[in-house]
Amino acid sequence: MNVSAVPQAPEAGRLDRAPVPDATVLIRGAQLLDPRAGLDGPGDILVRDGTIAEIGAPGSLEAPVGAEVVEGERLHAFPAFVDPHVHLRTPGREDEEDIDTGTRSAAAGGFCAILAMPNTDPVVDSAPVLRSLRERARAEARIPTGFTAAVTVGQKGERLTEMAELADVGAVAFTDDGLPIRSAGVMRQALRYQRLCGGVIALHEEDPTLSAGGVMHEGEVSAVLGLAGVPSVSESTMVARDCELADFEDARIHIQHVSARETVEILEQAKAAGVQVTAEASPHHLLLTDDKVRSLDTHFKMNPPLRSEDDRQALIAGLRAGVLDCIATDHAPHSREEKEEPFELAPMGVTGLETAFAAIHTDLVLPGVIDLALLVERMTAGGAPFGIVVPTLVKDAPANICLVDLSSEWDVGDSGYESRSANCAFGGRKLTGRVRMTIAAGAVAFRERSFAIEAVR
Amino acid sequence: MKRHLLSIDDLGRSDIERILRRAESFAEVSGREIKKVPTLRGRTIINLFYEASTRTSSSFELAEKRLSADLVNVKASGSSVEKGESLKDTVQTLSAYDPAAFVFRSPNVGAAALVARWTSASVINAGDGKHEHPTQALLDLYTLRRRTGTLEGLKVWIVGDVMHSRVARSGILAFARMGCKVTVCGPPTLIPRGIEALGCDVAYSLDDLGEADVVYALRMQHERMTGAQIPSLREYAARYQIDGRRLGPGQLLMHPGPVNRGVELAAEVIDSPQALIAEQVESGVVVRMAVLYELLAGGQGAGPNGGQARGISTSETTEPQPA
Repeated sequence: MNVSAVPQAPEAGRLDRAPVPDATVLIRGAQLLDPRAGLDGPGDILVRDGTIAEIGAPGSLEAPVGAEVVEGERLHAFPAFVDPHVHLRTPGREDEEDIDTGTRSAAAGGFCAILAMPNTDPVVDSAPVLRSLRERARAEARIPTGFTAAVTVGQKGERLTEMAELADVGAVAFTDDGLPIRSAGVMRQALRYQRLCGGVIALHEEDPTLSAGGVMHEGEVSAVLGLAGVPSVSESTMVARDCELADFEDARIHIQHVSARETVEILEQAKAAGVQVTAEASPHHLLLTDDKVRSLDTHFKMNPPLRSEDDRQALIAGLRAGVLDCIATDHAPHSREEKEEPFELAPMGVTGLETAFAAIHTDLVLPGVIDLALLVERMTAGGAPFGIVVPTLVKDAPANICLVDLSSEWDVGDSGYESRSANCAFGGRKLTGRVRMTIAAGAVAFRERSFAIEAVR
Repeated sequence: MKRHLLSIDDLGRSDIERILRRAESFAEVSGREIKKVPTLRGRTIINLFYEASTRTSSSFELAEKRLSADLVNVKASGSSVEKGESLKDTVQTLSAYDPAAFVFRSPNVGAAALVARWTSASVINAGDGKHEHPTQALLDLYTLRRRTGTLEGLKVWIVGDVMHSRVARSGILAFARMGCKVTVCGPPTLIPRGIEALGCDVAYSLDDLGEADVVYALRMQHERMTGAQIPSLREYAARYQIDGRRLGPGQLLMHPGPVNRGVELAAEVIDSPQALIAEQVESGVVVRMAVLYELLAGGQGAGPNGGQARGISTSETTEPQPA
């Protein structure tokens, strides 16, 4: 049995997963859609030993002996998705998620690679912690998983971590996600240090003197509820600052979970001026607004908060225009007890890996707000800012494929997730579009239980 | 009427009218030597207070006693809350005593609504953080209407620390629902962005205070302030304190208490005949009796003499007569 190597790209050494057999699979007669490869139409894909061996007209490819054959009729085959923003809660809160459940959850959502955030306990801010995490991922991860390291020691925003050593040990990028780097001086040092250690600096943008203990978007709804608000400028002023600093230091930054119209406008200007900045948007910010918080349901509490309809429309426009480069879930598992506290006390964050595609497909693609190709492009683009895998359906590429039934309706429940946590903002919704199978870096990482596959003998 | 009273938004105008009428009928009982009626005899009410209170807790307790309910007082300090018991567990534990209602005060927005999800008892919000304090707004309406006869068309100015005030939020909704025109006024740093959505105008100075029929001063809530939201109490008092010079002779003055003398109100107006502050406190008992009655007995079609409600005998003679 062959054990697959993760693709032989330069990044190969930085993503980890448990040993798995290479797949040999023939997908017959699916709708193939890969905007990056200019592919849009019915066809067959043959994956041999983990690599896309051939793509042909429907019915044209023969299954080699031992291959699994998947009847793709009524299914779409996309390049699998990449999520650059996932909280695996390991080490420290394995009761909420661990590497096994988190990567299962990702595979079930159609993802073939993820980046884990370092705001764990302890924080991933030293080489030993990173090394031990990578070792665990090589035993447990269902799909290639990259780890980011903190920019500052303990995410305190004061002293830089040993970024060069962390990069040597395999940190894919650096981020203090969950917290902003409040000092412009520290931020500038990190950007200068990038010349030595490389690695994009991914930023959670929030001015704590403006967010000041806020628990939702500052606007009409917060005024009515009496909840402390986080104004949009808490995010946008920091994005403006960091775009200026990145420009000045000729450094590369990535803005995480953009939530506000003002931020989209600043990013548009910065990109036009040649600043090396990329940005992501989350499904919940693209689909939900602060109006949801009227229910005081803590599944609508996240940081940055859900903002106004005007902000949401700006995010959608930014996604269309490419100002927002990719979709990232900010999958943030929390225990049930913690989310069953009053709104002000409950922790921020929602899970999203298993609902990301279906939620956006249901709420933006089906009503015709964006087209399917754009959604697929933005959900597969998350690795590009970090120099990791950008899946594509072309011959000789490593097989990163998800098979999706776009007409399948399903109810998002209170339970039944692959994730260990159930704090999903789309719980209770009926969504359309279900991932049936995910092939990640040449191996089958997820297969819906009811989805039968016939093997050729 | 709904099963719970969590927000003024739960009440239509006719619900409010009914509560105010009921409170008037209870006011007659309060004038008698024996102030008790048997309406809630045999039913249990749990007063769950996670935040300090004098007026609200004592008037709820009196109201419950005058309705002959059995009551249990649970405060955060001295209870299992201090041992780290979650709100959900506390509520589910207390629900095992099969209470008819929880009267719940919490420092957290929406906490009363959460409790309502975890118990089959009625829940009365006695203040949830900076969100709402609906029984305060009802007693304010009751007090004001007793003085003016009508609420329709009155101009009400709510002055002071609107940002931290649940009294203001419930008050704006309640006054507006009864046909008053509401203006909130205070330092820009204490007026939340977007407050107009509740149905009020915003002013940042007292220049036009003369148009008000009623001046409702709010307590400066030092305990809820997180940052330097006003430069000093001195500057606040200079700009926003209601004193004998600013309060016109035809204007009424209200305040939810407790008053910070010399901050939001000057001594001379507190003791003036225009002030309804003592009457507000007095009204607290009958209005809360009315709320308890409507939630726990009134919904079953019984008037004060109807006797259809659980636990009420038709032959009781101490029932109040309809006003």
